[in-house]
This record gives sequence, structure tokens and C-alpha cells, in this order.
Amino acid sequence: MNIKFKQETFRDDFSFQNSPEAIRRFPFPFHEDKYMYSVNMEPHVPGSKGHAYETLIDVDEHYISEMADRAKVLKEDPLRCQALPHMMQAQWDTLELLMEQMAEGYPDLFTLTRQADQWHWINRPLNIDQKFTFGDVTTLPCEPMEYITRQSQGDFCIVDQRDNNLWMDAGIATTQADWSLDFDIGMNFMEWHGPVPLAHQMGVFERALKFLLNLQQGKPVRRLNWTMTINPRLDTSPENYHKWGSDRMTVTPENVGQKVHLRCELQSLWRLPRSNAILFVIRCYLLKMGELVEVPKWGRRFPRVLKSLPPELVDYKGLTRFRDMTVEWLSKYDDGKPTSPGIYPD
Amino acid sequence: MLVNGIKSRPVYTGLTIDPNAGRHLFALEGEGPQALFDQVQQVGAGFLASAQILYVPTTAAPKDHAAKIAALKPDDLWLAPTIAVLLNRFRNELSRATMRTRIYVAGTEGFIGQVMRETLDFGVDHKSIRNEHRGSEARRVQCVHCKGITEDVKTSPYACTHCGLNLLVRDHYSRRLAAFQGVSIEAEEPGTAPPPEELFR
Repeated sequence: MNIKFKQETFRDDFSFQNSPEAIRRFPFPFHEDKYMYSVNMEPHVPGSKGHAYETLIDVDEHYISEMADRAKVLKEDPLRCQALPHMMQAQWDTLELLMEQMAEGYPDLFTLTRQADQWHWINRPLNIDQKFTFGDVTTLPCEPMEYITRQSQGDFCIVDQRDNNLWMDAGIATTQADWSLDFDIGMNFMEWHGPVPLAHQMGVFERALKFLLNLQQGKPVRRLNWTMTINPRLDTSPENYHKWGSDRMTVTPENVGQKVHLRCELQSLWRLPRSNAILFVIRCYLLKMGELVEVPKWGRRFPRVLKSLPPELVDYKGLTRFRDMTVEWLSKYDDGKPTSPGIYPD
Repeated sequence: MLVNGIKSRPVYTGLTIDPNAGRHLFALEGEGPQALFDQVQQVGAGFLASAQILYVPTTAAPKDHAAKIAALKPDDLWLAPTIAVLLNRFRNELSRATMRTRIYVAGTEGFIGQVMRETLDFGVDHKSIRNEHRGSEARRVQCVHCKGITEDVKTSPYACTHCGLNLLVRDHYSRRLAAFQGVSIEAEEPGTAPPPEELFR
């Protein structure tokens, strides 16, 4: 695997863009021409080469720049990374899982050497060489979850399992679609999903919770979620909503291709071995409309999906101000031909 | 205007007396004693012999609830001048509380939330606490932007008392913060905040 890492920004001048390879590996979240909530979970197993599913913890061309953006967010607002005191064992579980997966998926980039509790981690892209004692917090520069997630793309929640429920008791969130870790930490599964419309009444969360309570170690699962973001901004937090909200006013028929992004979350869920907690990885991918239409199937499908969204979803996902303009812009790429089933390009 | 029907919003199930408790620890605020009086009417005053009552009379026009509680002769009645002082004492009581202690809380939502939050650190299951909402529906709200908490919010939107942003009050509630969430109502188009609407009387 030969990844050419980019130097780019997700704020200010927004220089982020996808290479042609990155466009084709984008996890497009629509398997048909319409969308509604469902318990769309499937086994998280390695997928085809050249797709985001190729390895289970995906590292891509945006890795270095995303980690730089995370460091900036944390410097500004340390509350984006929090763990309740009883989550320390689950933090170590998380560190182990991510190091193992990254070293296995990208042996040329990451190396993990272990002799009993003496561990040696090498992260070549970020130029990190760390020897530490597994289980001893004092041998790392910060707590284990923060340490490894400063080196892993995506947001992470560690959820504790007790009383037949899941509790969001630790996490790091710097690339989130408008939810606050600081507000939601300590909540159970139903509570932190409280603001999501329609899905509660559909029984989606009850079924999903039942499914996740029985998640087995070594059998991770995944699902895709999505929203849309104006400008390639990773940190669309509620904390900073008053700073980025007005981006939504800046869309014009001329700049849709550059400004409007499909934001896909590849969510994977892993049972952790010692703590019995679940690691919830929320990996964010951005795709400009101008990039999306490079794949003809997606250019046909996405305007159809947007047109048929229930109004509650348009509102909840914050699309109201620019949906119609985006549909209009995209419609010249929809020739009305049928699309093939599934998410992959033809 | 108000974002309604959210699952994290607390439900107050009533201050029913637990006949099996060895000790009854009450934290009451403002109109909260009304819930206690209702229970005395229903099940008699027997439980009061093993009841400790912490009360802060905070309502604007306080009725003489304190004297009425005292007349019921609970094992202990302690009056606090402010919620903060009551919370201190409550924490102290929790640190000495034994098995078979039942906790009861009644008053405004903000008060109930703050008392419930104290119990988190002691590992008390929040579902084991008997609570009843009495008095004003004003809310305790956290500004998601500056994290400042504003007490007694009666309108939505309201201006954050810390950073001044006009905030929509959501029904999303955090037990850990004992607060509802306030989010900028004009983030997308500054200057478009609608006038405050009194929603929580």
C-alpha cells in the first residue's frame, strides 16, 4: 500500500480535496435511490481493494492533515476528549485494538512490538516512536484513549454495558456531525439518540440496542450514516455552531460543486475484551458534489435521494437552506437511467 | 419553537413513600413540601419518625411550608438558605448514609437535577430515587457554546447570561450537568432571533 499523504486544511482556506483514487474509495451511503433510517448493520469484514472497507481501521491520504486538525480542536477545547474514571480498562482495550489493527493493516506505516507488558509503538507518518508499559498510564504522555485517538482518523466513543443498556462513558469528538460529547457523556443509548427524529417511533433504536448488547468479541459490525456539510469542515460541533452555521448561507448555484459536501460516517462497533465495553468508531469522509458526480452512478442516485427525503430529516440534518439548490445543480448529472443496486461505482 | 418529545428528558414519577426503607432522606425546595404533605395524607405520618428533611424555601412568595413540616414532627428538619448550601449538607448526609436509606427529591426541575447529580458520585442508581416536580417550570440550561449555566430560564430563546448568545432551549437533558441544552438560534443567519416566548412558567 502506498499512500501519498496530503497537506491540506479543513478550516480557513479549506484546501481539502480528494484524489481520483480517494473518490472511488469513498463509502457512498446509499444502496438504492431513496433513504430512510434502518438498522443497517452488517459484519465489519475487510472489503475489496481500493475501497474504504479494504482494512478494518482505514488510514487514507488525509491522515496527517486530519490529525493536525484534531490537535488544533483539542488545544482550543479540551472537553472534546473525556473519559469517566471507571473507563480506564476500556481505554487500554481501545489502544490495543487500534494499534493492532493499524499495524496489521499498514505494516509499512505502523509497527507494534510486544514483550509481555513492554510495548513499542512506531507511527512513521506522524514520526512517533513510543515505548511504554501496557496498563501503566504514567508511561504515556496522556491517557491511553487520547494517546491513540490522536493518531487515528475518526471520532471514538467507548460505551460501557450495564443494566441492559449502553452508556457513553468516554470519547473523543472533533469531527462530529453536530453533537456534543461534553453534553452527552454519561448518557445511555436512548438518551444520547434522544434528538433524532422519526427513528424512535420506528423502533430503530430498540432493535439496534438489542443487537449491540449481544455484539461478540472478534465480530465487529458496521453501518453507514450521512449528512451534508458546507465547506470541507471536519469540526462541525454544536460548540462552534455559531461560528460555522452561517456557512450554510454561502451556497450559490455557481459554487455547489465546490462548497457542498456529502459527509459519510463509517461507523464500526467492536466488543472490547477486558472491559466488555464497546468501541464505537465514527469515521468521517467528505466528498464534494463536484467529486461525487465523477462517479456517474452516484451522480444519478444522489439527487434522487435528496429529492425524496422526509421533511423531518431535511430539518434534522440541517439541509433546509441548500437542498433544493443542490438538487438543481445535481440534476444535470441525472439522465434518468436506472441505477445498479449497492453502494459501489459501476 | 420548542424542540419537543426528546427521550433524554427526565420523567418525574412521584414522591411515593417506600414502606420498606429504614431511613427516609428528603431534599425539598420551594413548593416541594406539597408532595410530602400529599403523601402524609395518603399513607399517614408514620414514616416521618425515621425521616430527615432538608428544605430550602426558595419560592418568591413562600408559603409557610417550613412550619407545616415542623408541625409533622419529623426526626430531623434542617432549613437551608440557598440551594448551594442544601447541596453541601445533602452530600454530607450521603457520605454517612447507610443501607435501607431511601432518597426523595421534590421541587423545580433544576433543583431535582442538581440533587440527583450529587448522588451520581455515590453510585446511587438514579432510578432508585423518588422524585416529584413541584413549582415553576423554569429550566436550568447549559449554553453549548460557552458552557455557562443559566438558572430559571423561562423563555426560549433566551440570552445566555454568560456569553450573551440567543439560545434555543432544547429538550435534550444531561443528568451529569443537571441541565437542558441551549443552542444558538441564529447561528446560520445572525440577527434573525425571534422574540423570546415564555414557555416555562
